[in-house]
Amino acid sequence: MLLVYYAYMVEYRAELILWVLSGSLPIILMGVWTQAAQQGNFGLSPTDFARYFLAVFLVRQLTVVWVIWEFEREVVEGKLSFRLMQPIDPAFYHVISHISEKFARLPFAFLLIGLFFLLYPAALWLPSSSNLFLFSIATILAFALQFVIQYTFAMLSFWTERASSIQEFWFLFYLFLSGVIAPLEVFPPVVRTIALFTPFPYLVNFPASILVGLPTNIGQGFLVMLIWSVVFFGLNRWLWRKGLKQYSGMGA
Amino acid sequence: MQRYWNLLTLFWSTSIAAELEYRTNFLVAAFTSLGGLAGSLFGLFLFYRTGYTFAGWRWEEALIVVGVFTLLEGFSATFLAPNLNRIVRHVQTGTLDFVLLKPISSQFWLSTHTLSPWGLPDLMFGLIVVIYAGSRLGVALQGYLLSLIPLTFGLAILYSLWFMLGATSIWFVKIYNVTEVLRGLLEAGRFPMAAYPATYRFFFTFVVPVAFLTTVPSEAMLGRTNVGWTIAAAFLAIALLFASRFFWRFALRFYTSASS
Repeated sequence: MLLVYYAYMVEYRAELILWVLSGSLPIILMGVWTQAAQQGNFGLSPTDFARYFLAVFLVRQLTVVWVIWEFEREVVEGKLSFRLMQPIDPAFYHVISHISEKFARLPFAFLLIGLFFLLYPAALWLPSSSNLFLFSIATILAFALQFVIQYTFAMLSFWTERASSIQEFWFLFYLFLSGVIAPLEVFPPVVRTIALFTPFPYLVNFPASILVGLPTNIGQGFLVMLIWSVVFFGLNRWLWRKGLKQYSGMGA
Repeated sequence: MQRYWNLLTLFWSTSIAAELEYRTNFLVAAFTSLGGLAGSLFGLFLFYRTGYTFAGWRWEEALIVVGVFTLLEGFSATFLAPNLNRIVRHVQTGTLDFVLLKPISSQFWLSTHTLSPWGLPDLMFGLIVVIYAGSRLGVALQGYLLSLIPLTFGLAILYSLWFMLGATSIWFVKIYNVTEVLRGLLEAGRFPMAAYPATYRFFFTFVVPVAFLTTVPSEAMLGRTNVGWTIAAAFLAIALLFASRFFWRFALRFYTSASS
């Protein structure tokens, strides 16, 4: 099944390249921050910033989730009914399609990263194998957490027609608290402390910092991720059962 | 001309009526745009917190750039995004045929057909930020009016870029995300060009003209108008408008319809 979805994704290569390119925000911010770090005192050097934002770019490529838009459409158009008739949980299809898309997307992302190092060889670094290992685990967990959170919001489409606007609101917090706009190190201490209790920093800042080798509290990071995953997973299953009773299968 | 104007009012009143059915969503949109603004102010604050300033831009001056950026976001959410997503859908389902058969310019029909009030909060908050920062800096009425000139050019540039990207859907069909790429690059407009390293500045001036969208209008407002830049913006806007028209006609030659 992975292969089927992979073939499906590869067919729309133009679209995939565009999606990769649309993740350019970290690269833009990299420019501003490296420029700023040359004069200001932010505690990090320009190279640190360059590496950090490159890692952010990679993490975002690996953890992008769009399940809510597909789920919402399935509910609104009544297509969910067909999925329900099959003996597997519908979430399974979404998970598989996301994972295979990641594999289809990776070559382009690596191509861009290679290009980046050609243009800016000073930023080239090799993470230690243990960091690489931790990074992979953190990224997989970040993807899982992101997916569970968004799938939970997707459940709301049983009650409202535009659940994705809730997701967009949530995305704002994600954008500004997860470390996409700046590493958490440069946040004011109060904001940073608050942010560390929310799931956001663990979706981007945590894996990225591991990869770059910035100091992070690894044990605490994994613990908080796990807690949030469990919370959202429980909420998700509960809403799923409630939602199915609400679902009337429009158009079917 | 009169006919086009009548059509425009008809298109817009129907689409507003349709969107008003979702009033709670409008509230959500307002919150979203407020949150977005708070976030971009926070992002800017991170730079200024330690006493660093973008070369030649004080805090209030950088705020104006954020304000103009928010205004442009509102503009594209209201006028551009809904229409251009439609172009893609028309091509995909083959309904573009019906548009082409209508006795008016197809570019006009496609660019103005819908309007979504979702961008209005952005327009409002953007204006508030600009006026707040402007009053702190003592910008005269003249300054605001003067900035309208490059701002208009900026809007024309933005429109042409969007439309040309939308037109590429004739070749690539499934590119809902083409808008996302452009939006991603336009994010660069949050900061004045002075904040970027030289290579970025080059890219955002000559390749993707973000500089003309937010920095040039803000400079005009602050009374630092550089006539050369304004003229360049005018040329670029006119050239791109013509290019979008030409490009659309060119693209249509490759249109082979679907399912009919």
